[in-house]
Order: sequence, then C-alpha cells, then structure tokens
Amino acid sequence: MKDASPAKPYALHLGVIALLFALSFVLPEYHHGLLARIMVLAVFAMGYNLLFGYVGLLSLGHAMFFSAGLYGAGLAVIHLGWSVSAAFAAGLACGALLALVIALLALRTSGVAFMIVTMMFAQVFYLVILYLAAWTGGDQGMVVPQSMRVLVLGSTSLDLTNPTVRYMSALALFSIVLLISLAIVRSGYGRVLVAIRENEERTKMLGYDTFSNKLAAVIVSGTICAGSGAAYALLFGYVGSSFASVQYSILPLLWVLLGGAATTLGPLIGTLFMYYVIDVASGYTSAYLLIVGIALILLVLFFPKGILGSIRQRWLGWLP
Amino acid sequence: MHFGPHLLLAALEGLVTSAVLALTALGLSLVFGVMRVVNVAHGEFFMLGAVLAWAISTAISGHPALGFLAALVLAPLIVGLIALLAERLVLRRLNYNPEATIVATIGMLYIIQQLALTFYGPEARPVEPPFSYRILLPWFGYSGYKLSIIAASALLLVATWLVLTRTKIGLIMRATQYDSETAQAFGIPVTRVYAGVFALGAMLAAVAAVLIVPISQAHYLMGQDPLLLSFIVVIIGGLGSLRGTVVAAVLIGLSDGIISVFFSPTLAKIIATLLVAMVLVFRPQGLFGTASR
Repeated sequence: MKDASPAKPYALHLGVIALLFALSFVLPEYHHGLLARIMVLAVFAMGYNLLFGYVGLLSLGHAMFFSAGLYGAGLAVIHLGWSVSAAFAAGLACGALLALVIALLALRTSGVAFMIVTMMFAQVFYLVILYLAAWTGGDQGMVVPQSMRVLVLGSTSLDLTNPTVRYMSALALFSIVLLISLAIVRSGYGRVLVAIRENEERTKMLGYDTFSNKLAAVIVSGTICAGSGAAYALLFGYVGSSFASVQYSILPLLWVLLGGAATTLGPLIGTLFMYYVIDVASGYTSAYLLIVGIALILLVLFFPKGILGSIRQRWLGWLP
Repeated sequence: MHFGPHLLLAALEGLVTSAVLALTALGLSLVFGVMRVVNVAHGEFFMLGAVLAWAISTAISGHPALGFLAALVLAPLIVGLIALLAERLVLRRLNYNPEATIVATIGMLYIIQQLALTFYGPEARPVEPPFSYRILLPWFGYSGYKLSIIAASALLLVATWLVLTRTKIGLIMRATQYDSETAQAFGIPVTRVYAGVFALGAMLAAVAAVLIVPISQAHYLMGQDPLLLSFIVVIIGGLGSLRGTVVAAVLIGLSDGIISVFFSPTLAKIIATLLVAMVLVFRPQGLFGTASR
C-alpha cells in the first residue's frame, strides 16, 4: 500500500459493485443465473482469502465452514420451519461456533500440520453429515422447499426463487462482504494480520498477541464462508454433502490463487474466471477436474501471485 | 459363528489391511521424511498401480499367476516413472517448498484421477488372484492369497528396512533427510536423491495396490481411503519414522478391521480421523516419534 488515500480503492470497489448491479439488467438469462451463483461463491473465496491471503494460513478444510452455513440454514428451514432471515442467522452462528472450536485446536499447529489438521477436521465434518443421513439426507442431499424461501422484510416479502431477487440478494451479500473485507484490510487489525504472515515471531516481539489475532481471523473467515453457504442454501434451494467434500476445500484455494491472494477483488475475479472456464469446458468434455488440476499446477509454477497480484506488482501499487 | 472365531476373522482381515497400509504409508512417510513434501497425490499412485495391474493382467493370457507376476513387476515400474516425471517437471521447479508442493500435488491428484476415469472408466474391475488355495481353519476357510499378502508385505518392509539401514543408498537417504544442505556440501546429489525417493514412495504404493487388487477390485476412486489412512498412520507413527509407521499401520489396520466388523464403517472412520487430528494437535511428533528438530 504505497498510497494511503482512501478515495481510489473505495471508488474502485463501489464501481465494481455498480457494474455488477448494472449487469443484472443486460445479461442474458443463463449468465444472469450463473453470475448470481458466482457472487455467492466469491463470498466463500473472500472468506478464504482473508485467512490464506492476509494471515498466510493455508487451510485445506474450509468446506466445513461453507457447509456449516449451508446445513445450518438449510436444515433450520427444512426441519424447524424457520424463516429465511432466522435461518441465515442460524447458518452464520453455526459457522462462527465451528470456526471457534476448530481455531482453538488447529491454531496450536502451524505450517504443514495446520493444513493436514484442517483437512482432517473437514473430513470428519463430511463423514458426520453422511453418518447423520436421517437428518441431512446423506449424499443425496435435500431440497429446501420453494414455498419456504421467502424473505420477509417488514411488510414486504421477497420471493428468493425469483431470478432478479436472487441476483440482488447475492449482490447485496457480496457487496457487504467486499466492503467489510476492504475495511478489515485497511484497518490496523488488517495490518497486524499481514505482519503475522510476514513474520510471526517479530510481530509477537512487538507486543501483539498473535494467537488471539489469528483466532479472530479464523472466526471472521469461517463466518463469512458460512454466510456464503447459508446464502447458497436459501437462494439455490439445495443442501448436499458434496459441498462438504475435500473438493470444496480446494476450490476456494484455486479461486484465490488464480485471482490473486491478498487482494480484495482477487477472489471475485478468480471465481468468475474459473467458473466460466469450467462451464465452457464442460460443454466439450466431462473431464473438468483435469482442468482444475492443470490450473493448480500451472498457477503455483508460473503465476504464484495470481491475476490481480501481478497487476498490483506491475502497475497498480495502490490496489488493496 | 461365535464371538471368538468372529474376532479372529476380523483380526485376520485387519492384518491384511495393515499389511497393505504399512507399504502405502511407508511410501508417504519416506517422501515426507526425506523431502519434507506432503504428497497428496500418493493415493492416486496407489490407484494407478491397481489400474495398471488390471491392464497388464488382462493383456497377458494364460495362467492368472503369470499376468499377476507381470503386473507385480511392471505396474510399480511404470508408476515410478510417472512419479519421476512429476518430480522433475513440477516439484523440483517449486524448490520443494512445502506449501506450494501441497497445492501442486493436489493438482496431480485431480489430473491422475480424471485421466484414469477417462481412459479406464468408472467401472470397478477385478483381477484374478494368482492362486486360489483356501486354508481350512476349524471354524471357517480362509483365503491363502490373503495370508500371502501379509507375508509379501512383511518381506518388502524388511527389505526396505535393510536398504535404509545397511546400504550406502540408505545412508545417503538418511543423510539427506537429516540435513540436506550439509549432505550437498559432502557431494551428495540431493536433487537426484529426492527424485529417487519420490519415485520409490510411489512404487511402494503401487506394489501395495497390486497386492490388494485381487481381493478388492480396481476403481478410479480407490486412492482416497488409502491416502487418508496413510496420513493417519504416518502421523500416529511419527513423520519419517519407519518403525513407528509399521507399528501404527498394524494398530490402525487391526482396529479398523475389528471396528468395521462390529460397528458402522463410517463411524469408525469418523472416530479414527478425529483421534488423529487430535494427535496432530496435541502431540505433533506422533505417538512413537521423538520431537523433531
């Protein structure tokens, strides 16, 4: 951050939000639906990026936070008949609680052990979902009934199955999280996180409590990912165990690496790009995992900073 | 069947699992110990071994033992070559950075899995065992082939142990593991040792897969469980410790066999995974390992 003036970054981010808003009116139906999904998943990637990009903690288990939100919200609607807003809050609460427990355990380790521990906890979470098939629907998953997916705000009620409402809800969530992450990154707290990434010992020596800072980062990251999962369940009406599988822990890593770790807009760009690559490729071949695999290897080999990371390095030093 | 014989059967099944697991985990443990690389694609090398075993044994007509023996020799060699290629093309260029190599091996996992699905297909295919002799115990008959798996695995483990502790190659490997920079200063070609170890690790997984495939069938997703179990074994046994790996493999294999017979396999996996995560959190050096430097 060479330029401390807040105007440019805020203008850029508001511009991106305005662009996404405008796109809602011009995009053809198919891409309109796709973009809504991408925005929700980009929230997942932003939550991941907060931990991986800024704190430097590579988790291989973020699918559990996403699916904690997904199941927290989805099951609250299906089994308890909760309203959409209550279910969303339930999803967030599940994610935050899980993140707290996982953080307290996993943060005792670091480096490779942290990756393996998070992967194993996520695997346990996945297996528990399969084991409790009576409530979760197991690997079949469950559909959130359309009639329940109505958001009541005061006297107006919004039907979340309507494409426009769905798009705008996704955009609202995306914008809020984007601005939150921008604010975090620009705050003193964000700088402490980066300091931990760069040199934890030195940060500790400077008098910062690195453990509680990391703890807070995992909880914020987990809650954001849970928000994405909860929104996914409520907007797209499906909860399934595949969202808890290892693959959904790898995907946000891929999106963030592609877009640029430790950039606020990188997750959106990475998610957008990868989603479309897979979407286009699946028109020709069912072998989309091959593309994911090759993309991962090429990224770490030749392009470790990602798209926005490279742009920031070359031209735009002020990008947050 | 009464409880006693039932338990004996479960224990025998568990020992077969342990035997295969010990070989697979040993490969993972060597790669981690010497190279400090967590090879997430290890399970896919296992799967490749099984798939190649099917391909080779169906290509060779005649007595099933002939095809099986050919597979036992050729499949690990091919897998070793693939691993060597992956090491040269990817891991070396990443300078064996632990975090970057994890991401890269995840990429390898997807590539190998998808290629297996594309070229081999989603079916599970059996390989005929080389012999089908049944040993008659007083309570039940037991496959002689399964017992020979245990023997073969024990033989290979002893051979690996001898190579590691009694030969010059083993000495070079241990020196590299202990301190790669000093080893390099003493003229040990460290990157060649790394390439060899990575290939050896993959070959151990492939051998294990060839041994198990006559009783379990080859399938393109079969690498996932061995990967998870190998992680568990390596962590419990202490990363990079051969003796710990074998002890942990027997422990995990036996308890997995026995728990799966009496309880739900999913529950068994949940408990095992959770326990191992806890071991890693509270005793990172493993139950049998000593604290790392």
